[in-house]
Amino acid sequence: MVGGVLPPTETSNPTWTVEFADVRTYVARRLLQAIPTLLGVTIFSFALTRLAPGDPVQLMTFDPKMTVKSREILRHQLCLDRTTVEQYFIWLLGSQECNTRGLIRGDFGDSLYDKRPALDMILERVPATLELTGTALLIGILIGLGIGIYSAAKHGTLFDSLSRIFAVIGQAIPTFWLGLIMILVFAVILRWLPVGGRYTLSIEGTKNFFDHLKHLMMPAFVLALFWIAILSRYMRTEMLEVIRQDYMRAARAKGVPKRKVYFRHGARNALIPFITILGPAIAGLLSGAVIVERIFSWPGMGRLAIDAVFQRDFPLVMATVMIGAVLVIGGNLLSDILYGAVDPRIRLN
Amino acid sequence: MDTPARLSDEGEGAPRTILDVRGLKTYFYTDDGVVKAVDGVDFSVREGEVFGLVGESGCGKSVTALSILRLVDSPGETVDGTVTFDGESLLELPEDDMNKLRGSRMSIIFQQPISSLNPVFSVGDQVAEVLQLHEGLGKDEAWIKAVDLLDQVGFPDAESRANAFPHEMSGGQAQRVMIAIALALKPSLLIADEPTTALDVTIQAQILDLLRDLSRRWKTAVILITHDLGVIAEMVDRVAVMYAGRIVELSNVRELFKTPKHPYTVGLMESIPVLGQVKDRLNVIPGSVPNLINLPPGCRFAPRCRPRVENGLEICIQVEPDLEPLAAGHLASCWLYQDHDEV
Repeated sequence: MVGGVLPPTETSNPTWTVEFADVRTYVARRLLQAIPTLLGVTIFSFALTRLAPGDPVQLMTFDPKMTVKSREILRHQLCLDRTTVEQYFIWLLGSQECNTRGLIRGDFGDSLYDKRPALDMILERVPATLELTGTALLIGILIGLGIGIYSAAKHGTLFDSLSRIFAVIGQAIPTFWLGLIMILVFAVILRWLPVGGRYTLSIEGTKNFFDHLKHLMMPAFVLALFWIAILSRYMRTEMLEVIRQDYMRAARAKGVPKRKVYFRHGARNALIPFITILGPAIAGLLSGAVIVERIFSWPGMGRLAIDAVFQRDFPLVMATVMIGAVLVIGGNLLSDILYGAVDPRIRLN
Repeated sequence: MDTPARLSDEGEGAPRTILDVRGLKTYFYTDDGVVKAVDGVDFSVREGEVFGLVGESGCGKSVTALSILRLVDSPGETVDGTVTFDGESLLELPEDDMNKLRGSRMSIIFQQPISSLNPVFSVGDQVAEVLQLHEGLGKDEAWIKAVDLLDQVGFPDAESRANAFPHEMSGGQAQRVMIAIALALKPSLLIADEPTTALDVTIQAQILDLLRDLSRRWKTAVILITHDLGVIAEMVDRVAVMYAGRIVELSNVRELFKTPKHPYTVGLMESIPVLGQVKDRLNVIPGSVPNLINLPPGCRFAPRCRPRVENGLEICIQVEPDLEPLAAGHLASCWLYQDHDEV
């Protein structure tokens, strides 16, 4: 020991270890906090479905032979003759008469048309949606980060200007238009990629990975483009901020090569604020998927939701909204946990 | 300008020169014009000595240090001069070799220790990184050695403190970590750029003691950059005084304090309060530092120089004086002491 023992003012601060238990209690608390949020979602969306014009019974009985009497019987069987408030509590808490155990017991009700549990119908579609949005998110992050870091490192150059123009275009192009143009170019004219669907149907029912990939490519890219544009701008700004920090020069003074300074010392710091945008990005991708799935006939939740809305299939609409809300809350929680994981200065408590 | 005679700041029987800087010029190309932050600096540092570089803020001390390590970022650029370190010409070295040299044979510590540490890595990782880079140690070996280094720079519980993050440290502790990183490979030269300026006075002395002890033990030469003449008096062997991007006086520390020659140095000495002497006002140097974009012709200090007026020297505002020896190992760039044809 040289230089003497440190005086008491410089002694250590004992709060520097992260206990795993902290993370668990944090997650548990966040999940408890999610309950009132979800309850609010149920009230608003339930009210919206009932306030919107259109009547499922009318749509289901669009038949000149149907009498007013039998229509009223159907309405009564579906419990749609009750007041909105009553219907809400039946849906939430369940009712023997209306043949539902209620949301709190995990029953989302049956689809008015298919007469199958709405939850089952959604769960069949969730993997397709997660596949599409997950791929789009991955593309968005990888390309967005890459462009962002590179244009920060080379700021003021031609690449930087091009990436700015690309970002403006990427944010401005409407998804549905880009989807249609891409279908026109790559599927109709060039015939490189399929027009839509998740895979080529075959009699044997076999699935081919490359076939699957060919179907996934176009919708995933269309969905990702907006987020590539947003995330690359975001990352560029963060990275420019980080480049000016003292520790970047200090790392170079240690003999760390320039590229490694950017990617090891710089990107790790720039990622911290970047992660906060991931929660909103997940929510944005889920809502974007609704349109993209429709255009590319992708058999996901979004398409199911749109069809349910047009048919006024109330239980199915509510179920898609609830599952969507859970995915968004989960995405936000995930980004907050990641936030604590990459930044040691943030403690989850 | 750069004749071999200029090397005469080497006293007789002096130890080997480890670093030799000649005619170093680093300019910043800004929108307002070219800022000549370092404009022709010459000095050399001997093996194992503590060399002081003193001057007020903005005189080019830090830029000189960064230029030696080639860490000046755009819009700054070293446009002229040579830097010879241990026989190698640094300004011509390929970047890969420069990376190998930085942090192993020559290192630097900065004024802001906390912000110089990366906030997302533990301090142990950051010490270990330099060992992994230059000694090719594995992660575990490097960690063990890093803990040992942290112990040597004065952490009583190095093993657990190695896991701490920079935001959990005080400025003094962070500077100890920086010193551990800088001295991890026992470099032959350490540049300490205002290492104690941001620290409490009580911690300053500890850090300076630590620097002195370790550099003596490992025979590391130190360039100590500071604006604090007290630190210079206490720590260094030889000292160079910088003004507006040039060295105006260079001497061993005793002689500089006893017989300062350059009017700027004299002014600096007079502006220090002396214990026991009662003064209503401290002596100040009139005027302010010239704009480094539009430098006056002639001596940069001339517009503020009282002896120039008293002696009626005209040459000062026309021709820039060179750094010339006045006595063995004592150089100054001032027309008061140099032969000149009056114009």
